Amino acid sequence: MTAQSERPAQVGSFREGSLEPELISPFDSAGLVEVFKRRYLLRLLVQKEIQARYQGSLLGVIWSYVPSLVRFCMYFFVIGLILGLHKTVPNFAIHMFAALTAVHFFTETFSSGTRSIARNKAIVRKMPMPREMFPVASVIVSMIDSFPQLLILFIGAVSVGWHPDLLGIAAFLLGFAVITVLGTALALLFSAMNVFFKDFQQIVSTFQMFTHWIVPMIYPFVKIASSSFAGTWLYTAYLSNPLTVAVLLFQRAFWVPTFPTCGTPEAATAPNICAPGGDVSAVGYPVLPHHLFLLGFVMLAASLVILVLCQRAFSRLEGKFAERL
Amino acid sequence: MARSIVTRNASKQFTMRYHRTIKQITIAAMRRQKISDTFNAVNDVSFDIEEGESVGLMGLNGSGKSTLLKLISGVMKPDEGRVLTRGRIAGLIATGAGFHPQLTGRDNVFLNAAILGMSEAETKRKFDQIVDFADIGKFLETPVGHYSSGMFSRLGFAVAVHTDCDIFLVDEVLAVGDRPFKKKCVARMQEVREAGSTMLYVSHASGSVRKMCDRVLVLEQGSLGYDGPVDEGIKYLNYEDDSEDDVNSEDSEDDDTDGELGADI
Repeated sequence: MTAQSERPAQVGSFREGSLEPELISPFDSAGLVEVFKRRYLLRLLVQKEIQARYQGSLLGVIWSYVPSLVRFCMYFFVIGLILGLHKTVPNFAIHMFAALTAVHFFTETFSSGTRSIARNKAIVRKMPMPREMFPVASVIVSMIDSFPQLLILFIGAVSVGWHPDLLGIAAFLLGFAVITVLGTALALLFSAMNVFFKDFQQIVSTFQMFTHWIVPMIYPFVKIASSSFAGTWLYTAYLSNPLTVAVLLFQRAFWVPTFPTCGTPEAATAPNICAPGGDVSAVGYPVLPHHLFLLGFVMLAASLVILVLCQRAFSRLEGKFAERL
Repeated sequence: MARSIVTRNASKQFTMRYHRTIKQITIAAMRRQKISDTFNAVNDVSFDIEEGESVGLMGLNGSGKSTLLKLISGVMKPDEGRVLTRGRIAGLIATGAGFHPQLTGRDNVFLNAAILGMSEAETKRKFDQIVDFADIGKFLETPVGHYSSGMFSRLGFAVAVHTDCDIFLVDEVLAVGDRPFKKKCVARMQEVREAGSTMLYVSHASGSVRKMCDRVLVLEQGSLGYDGPVDEGIKYLNYEDDSEDDVNSEDSEDDDTDGELGADI
Protein backbone atom coordinates (compact mmCIF):
# COMPACT_ATOMS: atom_id res chain seq x y z
CA MET A 1 0.00 0.00 0.00
CA THR A 2 1.12 3.52 -0.66
CA ALA A 3 3.03 5.16 2.16
CA GLN A 4 0.84 7.14 4.52
CA SER A 5 2.95 10.25 4.20
CA GLU A 6 1.66 10.76 0.69
CA ARG A 7 -1.82 11.46 1.91
CA PRO A 8 -1.52 15.25 2.26
CA ALA A 9 -1.34 15.48 -1.51
CA GLN A 10 -4.99 14.62 -1.55
CA VAL A 11 -6.05 17.55 0.52
CA GLY A 12 -3.98 20.27 -1.01
CA SER A 13 -4.17 19.56 -4.69
CA PHE A 14 -6.87 18.65 -7.08
CA ARG A 15 -7.10 18.84 -10.83
CA GLU A 16 -5.86 22.38 -11.19
CA GLY A 17 -3.03 21.81 -8.73
CA SER A 18 0.51 21.46 -9.95
CA LEU A 19 1.07 18.23 -8.04
CA GLU A 20 -0.30 15.12 -9.68
CA PRO A 21 -1.99 13.24 -6.83
CA GLU A 22 -1.12 9.61 -6.23
CA LEU A 23 -3.37 6.61 -6.04
CA ILE A 24 -3.81 6.19 -2.31
CA SER A 25 -6.12 4.57 0.16
CA PRO A 26 -8.85 7.12 0.91
CA PHE A 27 -9.25 5.87 4.48
CA ASP A 28 -5.72 5.97 5.81
CA SER A 29 -4.37 9.20 7.15
CA ALA A 30 -1.19 10.28 8.84
CA GLY A 31 -3.03 10.64 12.14
CA LEU A 32 -1.91 13.45 14.42
CA VAL A 33 0.50 14.75 11.79
CA GLU A 34 -2.44 15.18 9.45
CA VAL A 35 -4.42 16.98 12.14
CA PHE A 36 -1.77 19.66 12.44
CA LYS A 37 -1.51 19.97 8.68
CA ARG A 38 -5.17 20.88 8.57
CA ARG A 39 -5.02 23.59 11.22
CA TYR A 40 -7.76 25.62 9.58
CA LEU A 41 -10.29 22.82 10.03
CA LEU A 42 -9.02 22.26 13.56
CA ARG A 43 -9.56 25.92 14.37
CA LEU A 44 -13.14 25.81 13.08
CA LEU A 45 -13.87 22.67 15.09
CA VAL A 46 -12.51 24.29 18.24
CA GLN A 47 -14.67 27.37 17.65
CA LYS A 48 -17.70 25.18 17.06
CA GLU A 49 -17.04 23.26 20.24
CA ILE A 50 -16.69 26.38 22.37
CA GLN A 51 -19.80 27.94 20.88
CA ALA A 52 -21.83 24.78 21.29
CA ARG A 53 -20.71 23.98 24.80
CA TYR A 54 -22.24 26.98 26.47
CA GLN A 55 -25.04 27.87 24.13
CA GLY A 56 -28.35 28.57 25.77
CA SER A 57 -26.96 29.06 29.27
CA LEU A 58 -26.96 32.44 30.96
CA LEU A 59 -23.65 32.13 32.73
CA GLY A 60 -22.01 30.43 29.76
CA VAL A 61 -18.35 29.69 30.17
CA ILE A 62 -18.49 30.40 33.92
CA TRP A 63 -20.15 27.03 34.40
CA SER A 64 -16.93 25.21 33.71
CA TYR A 65 -15.45 26.80 36.85
CA VAL A 66 -18.34 26.37 39.22
CA PRO A 67 -17.48 22.78 40.25
CA SER A 68 -13.83 23.71 40.65
CA LEU A 69 -14.58 26.78 42.71
CA VAL A 70 -17.09 25.00 44.92
CA ARG A 71 -14.57 22.26 45.51
CA PHE A 72 -11.90 24.82 46.24
CA CYS A 73 -14.08 26.59 48.81
CA MET A 74 -14.95 23.28 50.46
CA TYR A 75 -11.33 22.21 50.72
CA PHE A 76 -10.36 25.68 51.85
CA PHE A 77 -12.72 25.58 54.82
CA VAL A 78 -12.65 21.91 55.75
CA ILE A 79 -9.01 21.06 55.17
CA GLY A 80 -7.58 24.52 55.68
CA LEU A 81 -9.56 25.81 58.62
CA ILE A 82 -11.00 22.75 60.35
CA LEU A 83 -8.04 20.43 59.88
CA GLY A 84 -5.75 23.43 60.30
CA LEU A 85 -3.47 23.20 57.26
CA HIS A 86 -3.52 26.96 56.92
CA LYS A 87 -1.39 27.08 60.03
CA THR A 88 1.15 24.47 59.06
CA VAL A 89 1.46 25.23 55.35
CA PRO A 90 2.28 28.77 54.19
CA ASN A 91 -0.13 30.08 51.53
CA PHE A 92 -2.05 26.83 51.58
CA ALA A 93 -4.72 28.32 49.28
CA ILE A 94 -2.13 28.88 46.54
CA HIS A 95 -0.79 25.38 47.10
CA MET A 96 -4.26 23.98 46.59
CA PHE A 97 -5.31 26.19 43.72
CA ALA A 98 -2.13 25.50 41.73
CA ALA A 99 -2.83 21.79 42.07
CA LEU A 100 -6.51 22.22 41.29
CA THR A 101 -5.69 24.13 38.08
CA ALA A 102 -3.42 21.34 36.88
CA VAL A 103 -5.88 18.61 37.84
CA HIS A 104 -8.83 20.46 36.31
CA PHE A 105 -7.01 20.85 33.00
CA PHE A 106 -6.21 17.15 33.00
CA THR A 107 -9.69 15.90 33.93
CA GLU A 108 -11.36 18.25 31.42
CA THR A 109 -9.06 17.00 28.67
CA PHE A 110 -9.58 13.39 29.59
CA SER A 111 -13.35 13.42 29.99
CA SER A 112 -14.32 15.67 27.09
CA GLY A 113 -11.76 13.89 24.90
CA THR A 114 -13.28 10.52 25.75
CA ARG A 115 -16.72 11.64 24.60
CA SER A 116 -15.46 13.55 21.54
CA ILE A 117 -15.88 10.89 18.84
CA ALA A 118 -19.25 9.64 20.02
CA ARG A 119 -20.51 13.22 20.27
CA ASN A 120 -19.54 13.91 16.66
CA LYS A 121 -20.86 10.67 15.29
CA ALA A 122 -22.96 12.42 12.65
CA ILE A 123 -19.75 13.55 11.00
CA VAL A 124 -17.63 10.47 11.69
CA ARG A 125 -20.23 8.16 10.17
CA LYS A 126 -20.61 10.09 6.97
CA MET A 127 -17.70 12.33 6.17
CA PRO A 128 -14.09 11.34 5.57
CA MET A 129 -11.61 13.33 7.64
CA PRO A 130 -8.79 12.58 10.06
CA ARG A 131 -10.77 11.24 12.98
CA GLU A 132 -8.05 12.32 15.42
CA MET A 133 -9.37 15.86 14.86
CA PHE A 134 -12.08 15.47 17.48
CA PRO A 135 -10.03 14.40 20.50
CA VAL A 136 -7.36 16.95 19.62
CA ALA A 137 -9.97 19.72 19.28
CA SER A 138 -11.38 18.87 22.70
CA VAL A 139 -7.88 19.01 24.23
CA ILE A 140 -7.46 22.50 22.79
CA VAL A 141 -10.87 23.56 24.08
CA SER A 142 -9.91 22.35 27.57
CA MET A 143 -6.68 24.28 27.28
CA ILE A 144 -8.55 27.47 26.41
CA ASP A 145 -10.95 26.72 29.26
CA SER A 146 -8.03 26.62 31.69
CA PHE A 147 -6.75 30.09 30.92
CA PRO A 148 -9.11 32.07 33.17
CA GLN A 149 -8.28 29.71 36.01
CA LEU A 150 -4.58 30.26 35.41
CA LEU A 151 -5.22 33.98 35.47
CA ILE A 152 -6.93 33.73 38.87
CA LEU A 153 -4.03 31.62 40.13
CA PHE A 154 -1.60 34.21 38.84
CA ILE A 155 -3.44 37.10 40.53
CA GLY A 156 -3.77 35.12 43.77
CA ALA A 157 -0.08 34.29 43.80
CA VAL A 158 0.98 37.87 43.09
CA SER A 159 -1.22 39.13 45.92
CA VAL A 160 0.70 37.02 48.45
CA GLY A 161 4.08 38.15 47.19
CA TRP A 162 4.88 35.87 44.26
CA HIS A 163 7.57 37.03 41.94
CA PRO A 164 8.37 34.88 38.96
CA ASP A 165 11.72 33.14 38.80
CA LEU A 166 13.03 31.65 35.59
CA LEU A 167 13.16 28.13 36.98
CA GLY A 168 9.55 28.49 38.16
CA ILE A 169 8.34 29.48 34.71
CA ALA A 170 10.22 26.55 33.23
CA ALA A 171 8.54 24.29 35.80
CA PHE A 172 5.11 25.58 34.78
CA LEU A 173 5.78 25.03 31.07
CA LEU A 174 7.11 21.54 31.72
CA GLY A 175 4.11 20.63 33.86
CA PHE A 176 1.73 22.03 31.27
CA ALA A 177 3.46 20.04 28.52
CA VAL A 178 3.24 16.80 30.51
CA ILE A 179 -0.51 17.23 31.04
CA THR A 180 -1.14 18.23 27.42
CA VAL A 181 0.71 15.26 25.96
CA LEU A 182 -0.68 12.75 28.43
CA GLY A 183 -4.19 14.18 28.13
CA THR A 184 -4.06 13.97 24.32
CA ALA A 185 -2.83 10.38 24.48
CA LEU A 186 -5.60 9.29 26.84
CA ALA A 187 -8.23 11.28 24.93
CA LEU A 188 -7.24 9.45 21.73
CA LEU A 189 -7.31 5.99 23.28
CA PHE A 190 -10.47 6.41 25.30
CA SER A 191 -12.43 8.22 22.60
CA ALA A 192 -11.76 5.23 20.34
CA MET A 193 -12.70 2.65 22.96
CA ASN A 194 -15.78 4.62 23.91
CA VAL A 195 -17.11 4.04 20.40
CA PHE A 196 -17.30 0.33 21.10
CA PHE A 197 -18.45 0.39 24.68
CA LYS A 198 -19.95 3.42 26.37
CA ASP A 199 -18.68 1.89 29.64
CA PHE A 200 -15.44 3.73 29.08
CA GLN A 201 -16.91 7.14 29.72
CA GLN A 202 -18.21 5.79 33.03
CA ILE A 203 -14.81 4.33 33.84
CA VAL A 204 -13.22 7.70 33.17
CA SER A 205 -15.60 9.56 35.46
CA THR A 206 -15.09 6.96 38.20
CA PHE A 207 -11.35 7.25 37.84
CA GLN A 208 -11.61 10.99 38.24
CA MET A 209 -12.83 10.57 41.80
CA PHE A 210 -9.29 9.53 42.68
CA THR A 211 -7.42 12.31 40.98
CA HIS A 212 -7.93 14.78 43.83
CA TRP A 213 -6.51 12.39 46.38
CA ILE A 214 -3.53 10.90 44.61
CA VAL A 215 -1.84 14.23 43.99
CA PRO A 216 -0.48 16.63 46.62
CA MET A 217 -3.40 19.04 46.62
CA ILE A 218 -5.25 18.87 49.91
CA TYR A 219 -2.07 17.77 51.67
CA PRO A 220 1.46 19.02 51.01
CA PHE A 221 4.11 16.74 49.52
CA VAL A 222 6.15 17.10 52.68
CA LYS A 223 3.57 14.86 54.42
CA ILE A 224 4.36 12.08 51.95
CA ALA A 225 8.10 12.62 52.25
CA SER A 226 7.97 12.48 56.03
CA SER A 227 5.45 9.64 56.29
CA SER A 228 6.31 6.04 57.00
CA PHE A 229 6.25 5.02 53.37
CA ALA A 230 8.93 7.44 52.22
CA GLY A 231 11.63 5.35 50.61
CA THR A 232 9.37 2.35 50.00
CA TRP A 233 7.89 1.22 46.71
CA LEU A 234 4.73 3.14 47.53
CA TYR A 235 6.69 6.36 47.46
CA THR A 236 8.12 5.41 44.07
CA ALA A 237 4.65 4.54 42.81
CA TYR A 238 3.32 7.86 44.06
CA LEU A 239 5.96 9.75 42.10
CA SER A 240 5.53 7.57 39.01
CA ASN A 241 2.23 9.28 38.33
CA PRO A 242 2.82 11.92 35.66
CA LEU A 243 -0.06 13.97 37.03
CA THR A 244 1.59 14.11 40.49
CA VAL A 245 4.80 15.35 38.94
CA ALA A 246 2.90 17.94 36.87
CA VAL A 247 1.11 19.16 40.00
CA LEU A 248 4.44 19.47 41.83
CA LEU A 249 5.83 21.44 38.88
CA PHE A 250 2.83 23.80 39.01
CA GLN A 251 3.42 24.25 42.74
CA ARG A 252 7.11 24.88 42.13
CA ALA A 253 6.04 27.63 39.73
CA PHE A 254 3.34 29.36 41.77
CA TRP A 255 3.53 28.26 45.39
CA VAL A 256 7.23 27.80 46.24
CA PRO A 257 8.16 31.39 45.24
CA THR A 258 5.73 32.68 47.89
CA PHE A 259 7.65 31.01 50.74
CA PRO A 260 8.89 33.12 53.65
CA THR A 261 12.64 33.24 54.24
CA CYS A 262 13.86 30.59 56.71
CA GLY A 263 14.51 31.86 60.20
CA THR A 264 12.21 34.89 59.91
CA PRO A 265 9.17 35.10 62.21
CA GLU A 266 6.80 34.37 59.27
CA ALA A 267 8.44 30.98 58.80
CA ALA A 268 8.13 30.06 62.47
CA THR A 269 4.82 28.18 62.13
CA ALA A 270 6.18 25.83 59.45
CA PRO A 271 9.94 25.57 59.96
CA ASN A 272 10.17 22.99 57.15
CA ILE A 273 8.47 24.97 54.44
CA CYS A 274 10.56 28.04 53.80
CA ALA A 275 13.14 29.40 51.42
CA PRO A 276 16.69 29.08 52.79
CA GLY A 277 18.19 32.55 52.75
CA GLY A 278 15.23 33.78 50.71
CA ASP A 279 16.40 31.80 47.67
CA VAL A 280 13.46 29.84 46.23
CA SER A 281 15.63 27.76 43.94
CA ALA A 282 17.26 26.30 47.05
CA VAL A 283 13.95 24.77 48.15
CA GLY A 284 14.18 21.04 47.75
CA TYR A 285 13.48 17.80 49.56
CA PRO A 286 11.31 17.24 51.59
CA VAL A 287 9.08 20.10 50.33
CA LEU A 288 9.60 18.88 46.77
CA PRO A 289 10.92 15.49 45.66
CA HIS A 290 14.56 15.01 44.71
CA HIS A 291 15.39 15.88 41.10
CA LEU A 292 11.98 17.39 40.32
CA PHE A 293 13.02 18.68 36.87
CA LEU A 294 14.65 15.43 35.85
CA LEU A 295 11.47 13.68 36.94
CA GLY A 296 9.46 16.13 34.86
CA PHE A 297 11.46 15.42 31.72
CA VAL A 298 11.20 11.68 32.30
CA MET A 299 7.42 12.04 32.58
CA LEU A 300 7.29 14.13 29.41
CA ALA A 301 9.27 11.47 27.55
CA ALA A 302 7.06 8.72 28.95
CA SER A 303 3.94 10.66 27.95
CA LEU A 304 5.27 11.02 24.41
CA VAL A 305 5.82 7.27 24.23
CA ILE A 306 2.28 6.71 25.54
CA LEU A 307 1.01 9.17 22.91
CA VAL A 308 2.63 7.18 20.10
CA LEU A 309 1.16 3.93 21.45
CA CYS A 310 -2.31 5.46 21.84
CA GLN A 311 -2.16 6.83 18.30
CA ARG A 312 -1.37 3.34 17.04
CA ALA A 313 -4.25 1.85 18.98
CA PHE A 314 -6.50 4.59 17.59
CA SER A 315 -5.48 3.83 13.99
CA ARG A 316 -6.29 0.21 14.59
CA LEU A 317 -9.69 0.87 16.11
CA GLU A 318 -10.85 3.62 13.74
CA GLY A 319 -11.46 1.11 10.93
CA LYS A 320 -14.71 0.16 12.64
CA PHE A 321 -15.89 3.59 13.81
CA ALA A 322 -18.34 4.26 11.01
CA GLU A 323 -20.26 1.02 11.51
CA ARG A 324 -20.21 0.88 15.30
CA LEU A 325 -21.33 4.39 16.09
CA MET B 1 -5.45 7.54 -19.20
CA ALA B 2 -4.83 7.34 -15.51
CA ARG B 3 -6.95 5.27 -13.23
CA SER B 4 -9.01 7.23 -10.79
CA ILE B 5 -10.60 4.56 -8.60
CA VAL B 6 -9.15 1.10 -8.15
CA THR B 7 -10.69 -1.62 -6.01
CA ARG B 8 -9.08 -5.02 -5.66
CA ASN B 9 -10.99 -7.83 -3.98
CA ALA B 10 -12.50 -5.33 -1.58
CA SER B 11 -14.72 -6.83 1.09
CA LYS B 12 -16.53 -5.28 4.01
CA GLN B 13 -18.09 -7.33 6.77
CA PHE B 14 -20.64 -6.07 9.21
CA THR B 15 -21.15 -7.62 12.60
CA MET B 16 -24.66 -7.78 13.89
CA ARG B 17 -24.74 -7.89 17.64
CA TYR B 18 -27.89 -9.16 19.17
CA HIS B 19 -26.99 -8.43 22.79
CA ARG B 20 -25.22 -5.46 24.21
CA THR B 21 -24.83 -6.04 27.96
CA ILE B 22 -22.95 -8.74 29.83
CA LYS B 23 -26.20 -9.99 31.32
CA GLN B 24 -27.79 -10.40 27.90
CA ILE B 25 -24.68 -12.05 26.49
CA THR B 26 -24.51 -14.52 29.38
CA ILE B 27 -28.16 -15.47 29.07
CA ALA B 28 -27.83 -15.87 25.31
CA ALA B 29 -24.73 -18.01 25.72
CA MET B 30 -26.51 -20.24 28.24
CA ARG B 31 -29.43 -20.70 25.91
CA ARG B 32 -26.96 -21.40 23.10
CA GLN B 33 -28.28 -18.56 21.03
CA LYS B 34 -26.11 -16.69 18.62
CA ILE B 35 -24.36 -13.71 20.19
CA SER B 36 -23.35 -12.09 16.96
CA ASP B 37 -23.57 -12.70 13.27
CA THR B 38 -21.64 -11.32 10.36
CA PHE B 39 -22.56 -10.68 6.78
CA ASN B 40 -20.65 -9.39 3.80
CA ALA B 41 -22.04 -6.06 2.74
CA VAL B 42 -19.42 -5.82 0.01
CA ASN B 43 -17.92 -9.07 -1.18
CA ASP B 44 -14.74 -9.39 -3.22
CA VAL B 45 -15.38 -6.47 -5.53
CA SER B 46 -12.74 -5.50 -8.11
CA PHE B 47 -12.94 -2.83 -10.78
CA ASP B 48 -11.03 0.10 -12.24
CA ILE B 49 -12.52 3.45 -13.12
CA GLU B 50 -10.56 5.72 -15.43
CA GLU B 51 -10.22 9.44 -14.93
CA GLY B 52 -13.18 11.34 -16.34
CA GLU B 53 -15.43 8.31 -16.60
CA SER B 54 -19.00 8.57 -15.43
CA VAL B 55 -20.20 5.33 -13.93
CA GLY B 56 -23.64 4.36 -12.67
CA LEU B 57 -23.80 2.09 -9.65
CA MET B 58 -27.01 0.10 -9.57
CA GLY B 59 -28.53 -2.70 -7.60
CA LEU B 60 -31.44 -3.57 -5.39
CA ASN B 61 -31.80 -2.16 -1.91
CA GLY B 62 -29.29 -3.78 0.43
CA SER B 63 -26.97 -4.83 -2.35
CA GLY B 64 -24.09 -2.83 -0.88
CA LYS B 65 -24.09 0.31 -3.01
CA SER B 66 -23.87 2.74 -0.13
CA THR B 67 -21.24 0.68 1.65
CA LEU B 68 -19.13 0.58 -1.50
CA LEU B 69 -19.47 4.33 -1.80
CA LYS B 70 -18.37 4.72 1.82
CA LEU B 71 -15.30 2.59 1.12
CA ILE B 72 -14.44 4.84 -1.81
CA SER B 73 -15.10 8.07 0.05
CA GLY B 74 -12.86 6.97 2.91
CA VAL B 75 -15.47 6.83 5.65
CA MET B 76 -15.06 3.05 5.95
CA LYS B 77 -12.07 0.82 5.60
CA PRO B 78 -12.26 -2.46 3.68
CA ASP B 79 -11.70 -5.54 5.85
CA GLU B 80 -10.01 -7.32 2.99
CA GLY B 81 -8.59 -6.24 -0.32
CA ARG B 82 -7.99 -2.62 -1.06
CA VAL B 83 -9.57 0.51 -2.39
CA LEU B 84 -7.40 3.24 -3.88
CA THR B 85 -8.39 6.65 -5.17
CA ARG B 86 -6.61 9.55 -6.79
CA GLY B 87 -7.25 13.14 -5.83
CA ARG B 88 -9.85 14.94 -3.83
CA ILE B 89 -13.20 13.31 -3.32
CA ALA B 90 -16.47 15.14 -2.88
CA GLY B 91 -20.03 14.42 -3.61
CA LEU B 92 -23.62 14.26 -2.66
CA ILE B 93 -23.22 11.47 -0.16
CA ALA B 94 -23.98 12.98 3.17
CA THR B 95 -24.96 16.53 2.49
CA GLY B 96 -25.45 18.44 5.66
CA ALA B 97 -23.99 15.64 7.79
CA GLY B 98 -21.38 17.94 9.22
CA PHE B 99 -23.86 20.68 10.04
CA HIS B 100 -24.08 21.71 13.64
CA PRO B 101 -27.65 22.72 14.54
CA GLN B 102 -26.55 25.51 16.88
CA LEU B 103 -24.27 27.25 14.40
CA THR B 104 -25.58 29.68 11.80
CA GLY B 105 -25.84 28.81 8.14
CA ARG B 106 -22.78 30.93 7.42
CA ASP B 107 -20.60 29.23 10.07
CA ASN B 108 -21.78 25.84 8.90
CA VAL B 109 -20.85 26.58 5.30
CA PHE B 110 -17.30 27.34 6.40
CA LEU B 111 -17.09 24.31 8.68
CA ASN B 112 -18.56 21.94 6.11
CA ALA B 113 -16.31 23.26 3.37
CA ALA B 114 -13.29 22.79 5.63
CA ILE B 115 -14.26 19.18 6.34
CA LEU B 116 -14.49 18.66 2.57
CA GLY B 117 -10.93 19.95 2.34
CA MET B 118 -11.40 23.54 1.23
CA SER B 119 -9.13 26.27 2.51
CA GLU B 120 -10.42 29.50 4.00
CA ALA B 121 -9.57 31.48 0.87
CA GLU B 122 -11.28 28.96 -1.37
CA THR B 123 -14.43 29.02 0.73
CA LYS B 124 -14.52 32.81 0.73
CA ARG B 125 -14.10 32.83 -3.03
CA LYS B 126 -17.04 30.47 -3.51
CA PHE B 127 -19.18 31.68 -0.66
CA ASP B 128 -21.49 33.85 -2.78
CA GLN B 129 -22.00 31.09 -5.35
CA ILE B 130 -22.84 28.64 -2.57
CA VAL B 131 -25.35 30.99 -0.98
CA ASP B 132 -26.92 31.79 -4.35
CA PHE B 133 -27.24 28.11 -5.13
CA ALA B 134 -28.81 27.25 -1.79
CA ASP B 135 -31.13 30.23 -2.09
CA ILE B 136 -31.95 30.47 1.61
CA GLY B 137 -31.93 34.26 1.72
CA LYS B 138 -31.95 35.92 5.11
CA PHE B 139 -31.86 32.61 6.98
CA LEU B 140 -28.12 32.50 6.40
CA GLU B 141 -27.54 34.10 9.80
CA THR B 142 -29.91 31.87 11.78
CA PRO B 143 -28.87 28.59 13.37
CA VAL B 144 -29.47 25.72 10.96
CA GLY B 145 -31.38 23.89 13.66
CA HIS B 146 -34.28 26.22 12.85
CA TYR B 147 -34.20 25.50 9.12
CA SER B 148 -36.87 23.58 7.32
CA SER B 149 -35.62 20.22 6.09
CA GLY B 150 -35.59 21.51 2.53
CA MET B 151 -33.41 24.48 3.40
CA PHE B 152 -31.08 22.28 5.44
CA SER B 153 -30.49 19.89 2.55
CA ARG B 154 -30.23 22.66 0.01
CA LEU B 155 -27.44 24.30 1.94
CA GLY B 156 -25.68 20.93 2.29
CA PHE B 157 -26.03 20.31 -1.43
CA ALA B 158 -24.76 23.76 -2.27
CA VAL B 159 -21.51 23.26 -0.34
CA ALA B 160 -20.96 19.78 -1.75
CA VAL B 161 -21.45 20.69 -5.41
CA HIS B 162 -19.09 23.64 -5.16
CA THR B 163 -16.15 21.59 -3.95
CA ASP B 164 -13.51 21.23 -6.64
CA CYS B 165 -12.84 17.56 -6.86
CA ASP B 166 -11.33 14.81 -8.93
CA ILE B 167 -13.91 12.24 -7.92
CA PHE B 168 -17.57 13.09 -7.46
CA LEU B 169 -19.80 10.57 -5.69
CA VAL B 170 -23.57 10.85 -5.80
CA ASP B 171 -25.77 8.89 -3.44
CA GLU B 172 -28.60 10.97 -2.23
CA VAL B 173 -32.24 11.38 -2.82
CA LEU B 174 -32.73 14.23 -5.19
CA ALA B 175 -35.94 14.71 -3.25
CA VAL B 176 -34.63 17.78 -1.55
CA GLY B 177 -36.18 20.96 -2.63
CA ASP B 178 -38.62 21.62 -5.34
CA ARG B 179 -38.42 21.02 -9.05
CA PRO B 180 -36.38 24.16 -9.88
CA PHE B 181 -33.80 23.15 -7.31
CA LYS B 182 -33.63 19.61 -8.65
CA LYS B 183 -33.05 20.95 -12.13
CA LYS B 184 -30.27 23.13 -10.81
CA CYS B 185 -28.67 20.10 -9.16
CA VAL B 186 -28.80 17.99 -12.29
CA ALA B 187 -27.38 20.85 -14.35
CA ARG B 188 -24.59 21.32 -11.84
CA MET B 189 -23.79 17.60 -11.90
CA GLN B 190 -23.53 17.76 -15.67
CA GLU B 191 -21.11 20.66 -15.27
CA VAL B 192 -18.98 18.70 -12.83
CA ARG B 193 -18.94 15.82 -15.25
CA GLU B 194 -18.03 17.99 -18.21
CA ALA B 195 -15.21 19.56 -16.21
CA GLY B 196 -13.55 16.16 -16.31
CA SER B 197 -14.25 14.78 -12.84
CA THR B 198 -14.72 11.09 -12.41
CA MET B 199 -18.30 10.46 -11.41
CA LEU B 200 -19.87 7.55 -9.57
CA TYR B 201 -23.62 7.81 -9.53
CA VAL B 202 -25.89 5.61 -7.45
CA SER B 203 -29.40 5.48 -8.77
CA HIS B 204 -32.38 3.27 -9.39
CA ALA B 205 -33.70 5.42 -12.19
CA SER B 206 -32.55 3.97 -15.46
CA GLY B 207 -33.48 7.19 -17.24
CA SER B 208 -31.12 9.40 -15.36
CA VAL B 209 -28.38 6.76 -15.45
CA ARG B 210 -28.71 6.73 -19.25
CA LYS B 211 -28.42 10.50 -19.28
CA MET B 212 -25.49 10.79 -16.90
CA CYS B 213 -23.36 7.68 -17.31
CA ASP B 214 -21.35 5.83 -19.90
CA ARG B 215 -20.86 2.65 -17.92
CA VAL B 216 -22.79 0.70 -15.30
CA LEU B 217 -21.77 -1.48 -12.37
CA VAL B 218 -24.45 -3.70 -10.86
CA LEU B 219 -24.09 -5.06 -7.34
CA GLU B 220 -25.90 -8.19 -6.26
CA GLN B 221 -25.80 -9.01 -2.57
CA GLY B 222 -22.44 -7.36 -2.22
CA SER B 223 -20.79 -8.92 -5.28
CA LEU B 224 -20.19 -7.30 -8.62
CA GLY B 225 -22.74 -8.86 -10.97
CA TYR B 226 -22.28 -6.78 -14.05
CA ASP B 227 -19.77 -4.28 -15.40
CA GLY B 228 -20.25 -2.80 -18.84
CA PRO B 229 -22.27 -0.56 -21.13
CA VAL B 230 -25.33 1.20 -19.77
CA ASP B 231 -28.12 -0.37 -21.82
CA GLU B 232 -27.03 -3.95 -21.19
CA GLY B 233 -26.65 -3.16 -17.52
CA ILE B 234 -30.18 -1.87 -17.25
CA LYS B 235 -31.38 -4.94 -19.12
CA TYR B 236 -29.37 -7.10 -16.72
CA LEU B 237 -31.31 -5.58 -13.84
CA ASN B 238 -34.64 -5.88 -15.67
CA TYR B 239 -35.13 -2.18 -15.13
CA GLU B 240 -35.77 -1.33 -18.77
CA ASP B 241 -39.57 -1.46 -18.38
CA ASP B 242 -39.74 1.83 -16.57
CA SER B 243 -37.24 3.53 -18.80
CA GLU B 244 -39.87 4.80 -21.21
CA ASP B 245 -41.49 6.93 -18.56
CA ASP B 246 -38.56 8.86 -17.33
CA VAL B 247 -36.30 9.38 -20.31
CA ASN B 248 -36.36 13.06 -21.17
CA SER B 249 -39.30 13.67 -18.93
CA GLU B 250 -39.07 16.39 -16.37
CA ASP B 251 -40.17 14.05 -13.65
CA SER B 252 -37.31 11.68 -14.16
CA GLU B 253 -35.81 12.54 -10.83
CA ASP B 254 -39.02 11.82 -9.02
CA ASP B 255 -38.52 8.18 -9.78
CA ASP B 256 -35.19 8.42 -8.10
CA THR B 257 -36.89 9.76 -5.10
CA ASP B 258 -39.06 6.80 -4.33
CA GLY B 259 -36.33 4.30 -4.96
CA GLU B 260 -33.57 6.02 -3.11
CA LEU B 261 -35.50 7.16 -0.12
CA GLY B 262 -35.47 3.55 0.88
CA ALA B 263 -31.81 3.11 0.03
CA ASP B 264 -29.85 0.88 2.35
CA ILE B 265 -27.85 2.18 5.28
